[in-house]
Amino acid sequence: MTENQQRLCAPESLHSQTGIPRRDFLRLGWTALAGVAVVEAGVVSVGFFLPRLSEGEFGGVFKCGAVDKFPNGSVTPFNEGRFYLVRTQDGGFLALYRKCTHLGCAVPWDQTKQQFICPCHASVFDQNGDVLNAPAPRPLDLFQVNLVGDQVQVDTSKQTRRDRFDPTQIVYPT
Amino acid sequence: MNPSNNSPLSIWQRVWRSAVREPFTGDRRSRLRLVMNNLVLHLHPSQVPARTLRFTYSFGLGGLAGLLVVILAATGMLLETAYTPSPDKAYTSILALSTRIWFGQFIRNLHHWSGNLMIIVVALHLLRVFFTGAFRAPREFNWLVGIALLLLTVMANFTGYLLPWDQLAYWAITVGSSIIVYVPFIGNGLSNVLLGGPEIGAATLLNFYALHISIIPMAMLALMSLHFWRVRKDGGLSLPRGVDEPPVSKDENVLTVADLVRPEAVWAMVALATLVVWAALVNAPLEALANPDASPNPAKAAWYFMGIQELLLHFHPLVGAIIIPTLGLLGLGALPYMDSDMNSVGIYFRSRRGRWLALFSAATGVLLTALYIVLDEYVIDFAGWFYGLPALVSNGILPLILLILGIIGYYEFVRRAFRATKCEGVLSVFVLVLAGFIVLTLVGVFFRGAGMQLMFPWEITPTH
Ligand code: FES
Repeated sequence: MTENQQRLCAPESLHSQTGIPRRDFLRLGWTALAGVAVVEAGVVSVGFFLPRLSEGEFGGVFKCGAVDKFPNGSVTPFNEGRFYLVRTQDGGFLALYRKCTHLGCAVPWDQTKQQFICPCHASVFDQNGDVLNAPAPRPLDLFQVNLVGDQVQVDTSKQTRRDRFDPTQIVYPT
Repeated sequence: MNPSNNSPLSIWQRVWRSAVREPFTGDRRSRLRLVMNNLVLHLHPSQVPARTLRFTYSFGLGGLAGLLVVILAATGMLLETAYTPSPDKAYTSILALSTRIWFGQFIRNLHHWSGNLMIIVVALHLLRVFFTGAFRAPREFNWLVGIALLLLTVMANFTGYLLPWDQLAYWAITVGSSIIVYVPFIGNGLSNVLLGGPEIGAATLLNFYALHISIIPMAMLALMSLHFWRVRKDGGLSLPRGVDEPPVSKDENVLTVADLVRPEAVWAMVALATLVVWAALVNAPLEALANPDASPNPAKAAWYFMGIQELLLHFHPLVGAIIIPTLGLLGLGALPYMDSDMNSVGIYFRSRRGRWLALFSAATGVLLTALYIVLDEYVIDFAGWFYGLPALVSNGILPLILLILGIIGYYEFVRRAFRATKCEGVLSVFVLVLAGFIVLTLVGVFFRGAGMQLMFPWEITPTH
């Protein structure tokens, strides 16, 4: 009698013999849904913190002026855009993000030494932004240079990291 | 409630009785019930073991941290009304505190110093719990909650640091948040989310403001409730013991009202008075308006991150800023699960030998770290010696492995040479690493001048 009852109440008799038991299936379902809800809430929250960029400010496109305005071998700072427009000796353009790749200080251009020298921990970069002196781990980041007609434009919305300088990074006027 | 009391109550008495059901008569029963029926007092049990009242055991550090939270909340709420979190208004609204608002400067000072002091108090509280072995079962989990609270305290300070929007704030946060970029794979994304863009701007200020005034305080409130609740659930404070005292299972109890509450109140008053005098005399720093075009030289992180910034000068950033601090935190969290010697709970520094070893390890840690910093400045050059290897290996992984081997070696040395027990060995390593970290922080704060060159404090001339 007792044994019989036990058999009747045994969990196996309450659900089909194959597949996951119903109880486990529901528990799994609820847990998964709760997980999805948490992820959704997380994504929404992160969205609030994300970059909020506006036109004309740093993060937008900067119109720098006509190509001829920049003599070969010159470095022109654009403080609003946080970048330097470099014209190489052979007439190409590079837009260097002025944020030091070490710990983020603003790197000034030293006209007499023809180098970027970081005031914070003494990293040194050459005119192409390549590292001459550590602790900076990589060259200065690049912004996209676009030549529209004879006008130079720099898009500061996205900076490009690079491990070393190479000439293909330079943009030449046609 | 009291049937013998037949005289009708006045309206005021009835209002009072509706809030405080039982009048306090001062007898034992009334004292016990006062604790049970009062929301704030109820953080305590109604009786506590007499010996946990020894001031030199706990130094009231946990309670002090709680007091600082109250001061910070009160002053913070006032400051909120005077502050505008936008780059063109933030600095002027801080200036207005000292010119246009009664006691504005004083309230800001109180908030500033309480915040900084809280990091020290919370850290000392952690040390007290470690050195008395109080983190062991059943208190392991509360140790973890405590570590989370320490991290939140640091984050609260870090986010608050930016708000005045002066040169100090702007560049300390720049340097501090640039460390995040070195987190592998997600570092850049993480920093973008936190700063609301590639560098510090209006979005950063708003993000930090929200974190500082609501998100972090809410998280702290939740964890503090858990922390306090667990203290009671885990049986209150661990019982203090002298080095040669046998363990006691039961101790004479005293009433919380007023044997515990009275010294707490006295300590709180002393701390509050000291803070008020300090805040009246010493102004919170405020430099020139933030200028994103001009970094100061040297640019230093906030003092509580200077240990990590100093590590960055000696190791590849991934190792110095991410791997070593992470290993340190994990080790801290793992302590109660590695070291479960219940015999020394309540004894400062475990034992007589433990005390001696703590002293020895502190001295060793200070000497070795200072020696390494000087040698690294002039002699050691891993990157140069192993020129062919990538910097991450030569200047990161390789010295990291040496460091870890050195720590393991020190543990084995202490165990063999001084016949230390396991838990005395763990204590020795903890003190060694702690001393090293303190030296790194002190060197970073006081011995680094322009270009982060090593120099004496009196040689450093600040340039802004
Ligand atoms: S931030 Fe430029 S060298 Fe450190």
